[in-house]
This record gives sequence, C-alpha cells and structure tokens, in this order.
Amino acid sequence: MASPMRIRAAAKDGVTEVRVLMSHVMETGQRKDSSGAVIPAHFITELTAKHNDKVVLSAEFGPSVSTNPYLAFKFNGGAKGDKVAVTWVDNKGETRTDEVQVA
Amino acid sequence: MNHQRRDTLKAGSGLGVFGLLVAAGMIKPELAQAAWNKEAFEAKTLDAAFGVIGAGKPAESGDVVITAPDIAENGAVVPVGVVSNIPKTEYVAIMIEKNPNMLAASFTIPEGTVADVQTRVKMGQTSDVYAVVKADGKFYMSKKEVKVTLGGCGG
Repeated sequence: MASPMRIRAAAKDGVTEVRVLMSHVMETGQRKDSSGAVIPAHFITELTAKHNDKVVLSAEFGPSVSTNPYLAFKFNGGAKGDKVAVTWVDNKGETRTDEVQVA
Repeated sequence: MNHQRRDTLKAGSGLGVFGLLVAAGMIKPELAQAAWNKEAFEAKTLDAAFGVIGAGKPAESGDVVITAPDIAENGAVVPVGVVSNIPKTEYVAIMIEKNPNMLAASFTIPEGTVADVQTRVKMGQTSDVYAVVKADGKFYMSKKEVKVTLGGCGG
C-alpha cells in the first residue's frame, strides 16, 4: 500500500496555499534493472484536489514527474478549519486520498 | 540512450521498486486509464504534443512565467513552477523538450484557483522547458532552458 501524502494547506490574505508531497516510485518504464529487464512503468496519472467538496485543481502526470512528486498550488478563499483533500490514481489503479485542515 | 549508466546508478534500488510492483499487481490496471490523456503523454515531439492538447502553434507570451533553475545539478529532481498572469487561465502544461515523453504534467485550473503551480520533474539532459497555457480559449507558451549536469531520466 502506498504511504500517506504529506499535505500542508495554509490560508493567508484570502488565498490558500496547498503543498503536497506524495510518496510514489514514479517508475518511467524506460529504465532497466541489473539483469537488463525493463522495469515496468508505474507512475501517478491523475490527481484531484478538493476544497471542502469543490474541485480546486485537477492534474495529469506523466512519467517525467519526479519520484515522490511535489505539487504546490493556490486557490482563492479557504478559511482555517476547512478541509483540503487530495486524491491520486496511478497507472496500476492504485489510489490514495489524504485530507488536512487548512491552517 | 545510455542505459548502462542508469543500470549502475539504479541497481541498488531495484528490489524495493519490484516489491511495490508486486503488491500493486493485485489491482486491475485498466481502472486508472479512463480519463488520462495517453496520447498527449506519449507524444514524442513538441509539435505532436501541442497538437494533441489542441494548442496548435501557441503564441509566446511574457505573461507566462516559468520558474526553474538555470542549472540543475540533479536531473532527477528539477523544481519547475509556472505562473500565468493571463486572465481566465484554465489549463497549464509543462513540457520538457528532450525527454522521451515530453509532456510532464498538465493542470486543469478551475475558476477560483490561482494559475500558479509548482512541481518537480525529471530531465534526462539539458533541454528547454516549455509551459503551455490555455486562457480564454487561446494557447500561450513560454520556454526556459535548464542545463542539467547529471541526467535524471532514471528518476
């Protein structure tokens, strides 16, 4: 099972900044292991961030995104105690959702 | 491509990755692929990638600002940020011209979200980094060269 994401959401002057650090191998499918066999691709393909129940960002990732992807974005509004939830899905169908309160 | 170097670099990490893959194998892979724009992510040339996302020939714009280092020592982790100062920005894509898969990430920006995203990408070699932005139905782009000292396509 995938490890939890680390999410920070901070509201300041009417704008909430969200920073997410996911834990994922982000294997490109281009690398080979020591015996020369190709390591199958395994990477996050989609990500959705919600503020309460409203989608504030959706993203599609390719294999070029770094291992343990980092993402930061900002949305208008958001107050202390609001919920920010981030969900990702990878190319093998694994998924993970984590949630934080806006600080 | 220089696979041998990657093998040497990455030989040690192979085991851990394999374990994860086995664990993940229990879940059906088809589920995730529904909405993902496979064609765009598999585009091999810049023009093809522009074509798939419907950008055609985007106009270069100074209002699209890429934040990335001039020189990236480690190509495996290159911080890239894109800010669009164009009103009604609804879509942002980050492309690395010389990567095997150009399109690194794309973001759909709903109303109320600031067109300001940051992430980290892998770069196999020194390349131009493109930011493509869709605002009010039109496409704009901007580019910045990032020199890579140590390639990191292997991640």
